Amino acid sequence: MYLTKQEECILNGEHGEVMERMFRLLVRLGDIYGADAMISVGSVQVAGVSYKSIGGPGMEFLEDMASKGAKVKVLTYLNPAGMDLENWREYGFPKDFAKNQLRIMDAFKRMGIVVTATCTPYLAGNLPRFREHIAWSESSAVSFSNSVIGARTNREGGPSALAAAICGVTPNYGLHLWENRQPTIKVTVDADLTFNADFGALGYYVGKQVKNKIPYFTGIKDANTDHLKALGAAMAASGAVALYHVEGLTPEADLVEKKNLETISVTQKDITETYKTLNTGKKPDIVIFGCPHASLREISALAEKLEGKRLKKPVWICTSRMIKEASERMGYNEIITKAGGSVIADTCMVVSPIEDMGYKTTGVNSGKAANYLPGFCKQDVCFATIDDLVEAQS
Amino acid sequence: MKGRMISPGKVEGNAIVSTEPIGFYGGIDAKTGIVIERGHPLEGKKVTDKILVFPCGKGSTVGSYVIYGLKKNGVAPLGIINRETETIVATGVILAGIPCVDQIDITKIKDGATVVLDADNATVEVHTN
Repeated sequence: MYLTKQEECILNGEHGEVMERMFRLLVRLGDIYGADAMISVGSVQVAGVSYKSIGGPGMEFLEDMASKGAKVKVLTYLNPAGMDLENWREYGFPKDFAKNQLRIMDAFKRMGIVVTATCTPYLAGNLPRFREHIAWSESSAVSFSNSVIGARTNREGGPSALAAAICGVTPNYGLHLWENRQPTIKVTVDADLTFNADFGALGYYVGKQVKNKIPYFTGIKDANTDHLKALGAAMAASGAVALYHVEGLTPEADLVEKKNLETISVTQKDITETYKTLNTGKKPDIVIFGCPHASLREISALAEKLEGKRLKKPVWICTSRMIKEASERMGYNEIITKAGGSVIADTCMVVSPIEDMGYKTTGVNSGKAANYLPGFCKQDVCFATIDDLVEAQS
Repeated sequence: MKGRMISPGKVEGNAIVSTEPIGFYGGIDAKTGIVIERGHPLEGKKVTDKILVFPCGKGSTVGSYVIYGLKKNGVAPLGIINRETETIVATGVILAGIPCVDQIDITKIKDGATVVLDADNATVEVHTN
């Protein structure tokens, strides 16, 4: 791999121990995956934030980096943490867990990372442009930025994204190159897609079928960014889809080569079957929306359904701190809280320790959450539309 | 067998072989080195001080930290051999300093066999016991 004179100096330790260690990791990855050179990145999103995910060794690794003076060079956001960073006591997050989570946040802050904690950085002030090279790691954020925005990122591991933030560059390979962004399978959809959950079910089904291929969808007539967020998140979780194209809707769909592709079809029956597959539980103890983090439109929709209601069982909606602020201003938080629900920021059901908080069955409208909750949080799952889930808790 | 070096070092040990991909986050307990994924062919087995052989990684991008955690907690495998190592596993083994080679025909490695993994020269030798 070609390195500039300045980059050689970093490898020789002239910019300190931390830079050398992080740059060495990037060079190694570049050599393995056949990168020709390093390219500058416009922004970074770092995964591996929740204490539940990275544990003591991860925490000590980050604290070591921070104490050695590591600083990021570009706008860097974080994946969700393991708890609401401001109201954790109120929602019953364990104290020992909170102590370690706050140490992790402090280490990130000392490195100059914006302590945002969201899987939807693009809704919270970190918005790449079309064709911009970035290094993001959370799988749904990677899918959204590649597919819906047309920015370019590989699926970074937590530490490789951090290295890109500290060095300001990433090795040029994989999805940074146009030839690797071409679809490798065509998916024709003939089904009624109305609710976010319908797109989640579609994504879960397709992700299982196509694994790490690049799907080109036809037959999806309309979808807003919330729908595409749900679709991409589910495909990245049940498969390893980092990029997809939708005819007429996503920016690279008209530009890519789609002749002679293997084709699979998805019918209404497949969607109905997927709803059944994802339902492993009977009645939810808790319902959690906001996987990926809810947009203002999604919070507003929940507030509308809860207005004047009195919930019998808990309903959470998870979002970023920024969107929660906007929602506060609109009075949505008050409506949801009055009904007995909670608007929780900075975290989500997958990375928070809900299994230690007494919950056994969780209701979700997210294909991604339905995929991860049984393994990561030992939960049975009720997968349904927002209407059915609100009904179940009322 | 000749492959591609992912992370340097030379180790010798017994192979523990998975025919299925491994997702380290939610798949292996970083404190004990035991495979915890429900229904995984290696479920309940310990990877500590073994040469861990599997086709490729899968799942969450946080997996790199789990590999690093295994090493720090003293329960890491001695080395890793893959058919295809993706970024998440590569980042983990490089940071943790675990020798790793990929582009190996892993069907030729039987569970329990003695394996010499020389990542510096990107070679794998299998001795059938």
